[in-house]
Amino acid sequence: MTRLQIRLIIAAVVACLIAAPFVLNPFSITLLNYVGIYALAAIGLALLTGVGGIVSFGQAAFVGIAAYSTAWVTALNGYSPWLGLLLAVVLTCSIAAMLGLVTLRLQGHFLSLSTVAWGLAIAFLFGNIDGLGEHNGISGLPPISIGPVALVQSWQIYFLIWAIVAAVLLLCYNLLDSRIGRAMRALRGGNTLVESLGISAFQIRLLTFVIAAFCGALSGWLYAHLGRFVSPGPFDASMGIEYLMMAMVGGAGSVLGGVVGAAIVTLLKNSVQDYLPLIAKGASGQLEIVAFSALFILFLQRARQGIVPFISGLLPDLKLSRPEQAAPLPRREQPAPGTPLLKVSSVQRRFGGLVAVNNVSFEVRSGEILGLIGPNGAGKSTMFNLLTGALRANSGEIKFADRSITRDPQFRIARSGISRTFQHVKLRPHMTLLDNVLLGTYSRTRTGLLAGALRLNQAEEASARYEALQQLERVGLGDKPFEFAGNLPLGNQRVLEIARALAADPTLLVLDEPAAGLRRQEKQKLAELLRSLRSDHLTILLVEHDMEFVMSLVDRIVVLDFGSKLCEGGPAAIRSDARVQEAYLGGVA
Amino acid sequence: MTADIAAILAVDGIATGAIYALVAIGTVLIFTVTRVIFIPFGDIAAFTALTLAALDAKQLPGTVGLVVVLACMACLMEVTSLARAGELRAMPKAVLGYLVLPLVAVGIVWLAMRFNPPMQIRIVLALLLILPVAPLLDRIVFRPIADASVLLLLTVSVALHFALVGLGLMFFGPEGVRTEPLTSLALDIGDVHVPGQTVLILTAALVFSGLLFLFFDFTLLGKALRATAFNRTGARLMGIRPARAGTIAYLLGSLMAGVSGILIAPVNTIFYDSGFLIGLKAFVGAIVGGLVSYPGAALGAFGVGILESFASFESSTLKDVIVFSLLIPVLLWRSLATQHSEEEIEE
Repeated sequence: MTRLQIRLIIAAVVACLIAAPFVLNPFSITLLNYVGIYALAAIGLALLTGVGGIVSFGQAAFVGIAAYSTAWVTALNGYSPWLGLLLAVVLTCSIAAMLGLVTLRLQGHFLSLSTVAWGLAIAFLFGNIDGLGEHNGISGLPPISIGPVALVQSWQIYFLIWAIVAAVLLLCYNLLDSRIGRAMRALRGGNTLVESLGISAFQIRLLTFVIAAFCGALSGWLYAHLGRFVSPGPFDASMGIEYLMMAMVGGAGSVLGGVVGAAIVTLLKNSVQDYLPLIAKGASGQLEIVAFSALFILFLQRARQGIVPFISGLLPDLKLSRPEQAAPLPRREQPAPGTPLLKVSSVQRRFGGLVAVNNVSFEVRSGEILGLIGPNGAGKSTMFNLLTGALRANSGEIKFADRSITRDPQFRIARSGISRTFQHVKLRPHMTLLDNVLLGTYSRTRTGLLAGALRLNQAEEASARYEALQQLERVGLGDKPFEFAGNLPLGNQRVLEIARALAADPTLLVLDEPAAGLRRQEKQKLAELLRSLRSDHLTILLVEHDMEFVMSLVDRIVVLDFGSKLCEGGPAAIRSDARVQEAYLGGVA
Repeated sequence: MTADIAAILAVDGIATGAIYALVAIGTVLIFTVTRVIFIPFGDIAAFTALTLAALDAKQLPGTVGLVVVLACMACLMEVTSLARAGELRAMPKAVLGYLVLPLVAVGIVWLAMRFNPPMQIRIVLALLLILPVAPLLDRIVFRPIADASVLLLLTVSVALHFALVGLGLMFFGPEGVRTEPLTSLALDIGDVHVPGQTVLILTAALVFSGLLFLFFDFTLLGKALRATAFNRTGARLMGIRPARAGTIAYLLGSLMAGVSGILIAPVNTIFYDSGFLIGLKAFVGAIVGGLVSYPGAALGAFGVGILESFASFESSTLKDVIVFSLLIPVLLWRSLATQHSEEEIEE
């Protein structure tokens, strides 16, 4: 599919949406209004759950806060709905930010459970605060007016609702294709991956959370002024799960899925309400929720992916053009060859009674490849985690480029110029090779949230894309930049990780067992690549198991055994060292 | 607040806490063995109370219909999946387990109802009727996705809760029930009046947690369950079937939830949807134990009960807000105390 074809499809959909009020009866328009309003909340949830990997049961609470804010401003205090919108957005986003600050450090299901908790707490509040109508709700909200026109009829507000939906969709798509959006898409790969790219995972999570709340706020504002009445019911826990259902049915990984899911759930619900009484007279109300939950469970059992990803899988691939040459991104100044770059001084790390790394000191000099080796359990991985900030040292100091990084969080260490790869490859399998490498440029680029959503910084984006392509070519993966990373064989996935690390323009490249699981030929190619990087004056620290690979490649070796440094020196000296032989082969009889 | 009032509130809170503790222990049991955060446990408790109330009123409880429907569905699913796998020899056993046994339970209740049984028997009948529900739901809902992530299982579990609320309304109707008290005795400790029901609740909670402890430590089946909780794959290699362990965990959990439902019914009016709050509050307690520790869960549940009791004295309308808001600091503390593996994240 070409871009033109996609634009034509979008134009046709927009034309249908514009024509709808002139063709459909008022009831159908009202239904479409609700689809649009739910779609806004579901889009936010699709970003949060599908893209960011944070399953939230509390979206209905955000919608409710916005609806109650605007009701309070307009119906109770007599101000304009536009002032209501302002309060709705500000209040919802601030509450989201506060909740996020407290809860987003939680992980996995703990985080989702916390959304159940505050979702319920907020829902209970609506019915219990004096002055907000308690369980009876607030009625008599004015309609939204644009200039002199009050949007009273359902076809009038229809245009406002769908214009907002279209705008939000467009902004979301732009955002996801920009620097911040790529960081959001990386969140599901886990904190260690995200932070290793110089991205503060917490900051991006918080941002995603607030954006989701913002979408919920728009939805709540429109909801309040469409029905002209708010009560606690539509914002309770069951609505929270209904939004989640919309986002997941549509395909939580895509924002368009929010709209499709909202449409399907709302229309299905409507027809269920029409047909259930025919099947079971008098029990339709109860059956509705049963039928709905059952369908949702069936859906989660059978088709977790959702509808939009399923359909787009059937369509022909989008033809993308290779990034064109652009102004280069700024580069770091590489230190003079031979000067000490990384200095580890008497570092110790304990796990309970076990001393995994005990008073280890060594240094990495600029321009060399240093191998860190040792038998199983020698403390190599712990040392690696200390260097990259995944673990904190109990004592001792680590200095990088004359600055102490001992207490720095991972993302700050990554930003200061240490790029890493992973022993168990951590890529985003459903992102293209180019997008994966683009993640590496995060710390070298500046585009913020708004600039990304409004496509204001295309020059920098072009430079970053060109840089990513160059790094792909440098490692020999430049021929298919739009392939999905998950489709590559393991050897190439490791090489792709190196390209991603290189895109950050590091001064030190730290590789965690890069040869593990590779075939002989792949190892040779990898060694060639590393040698070519050294000739470009890049410094490399290699933690490795494979002796043959290390001996033929590195300049110097540091040997660890039982958490302590055994010795260091050139490959030949290490090979003939009796202590190393004993450590690897057991005592000489 | 005077010391007297505080004492009364504390006694009240301990009673509520004991009820939550029973459900919380069941929640931990299910979570460790199957990784499912079984939100509908509260519904099981509420349904037991409603069942008992119907039996008291000499009506056939709605649970009968529920069990029959679920048994047919589960049996159909099991038979189909066995047929697909070509394991025809396992069929009779599947039909026996998923269809005949639940129907036998229903049959016993139906028969026994003709003889106007005394209250003790009615309680046993109510428990007998509720026991198959959770294992059948496990077969229908969770077994097909047993290897999914904890998060997906949680989402399914929340959806299941809403389905059960709808089914509850269908099978039990909208009326609230309150069963007759199990005892009218009372105890006076110093100036504090302790109702017999409270003593009974506390005793039941202690006895059942004690029994569970003995079961885990001194029976092979209990050890098998613990092994499954510790490492599913490892347990499977030792010849323990995780599916069977899951069924047993659900049965035991249902027993705990059922008992708590019977204990709470004379104290609080129970509606078809009362289970959600019972389940969630028990769950808050379970989280205090990190969803893995039984004593932790029980302690947490008592904490929630006492907190709720004092909160409702201060502000009865906001007590639920207070209880659920308090979950967030607890979660924070637990999340920090737990080592998370990066592998948990699902693509």
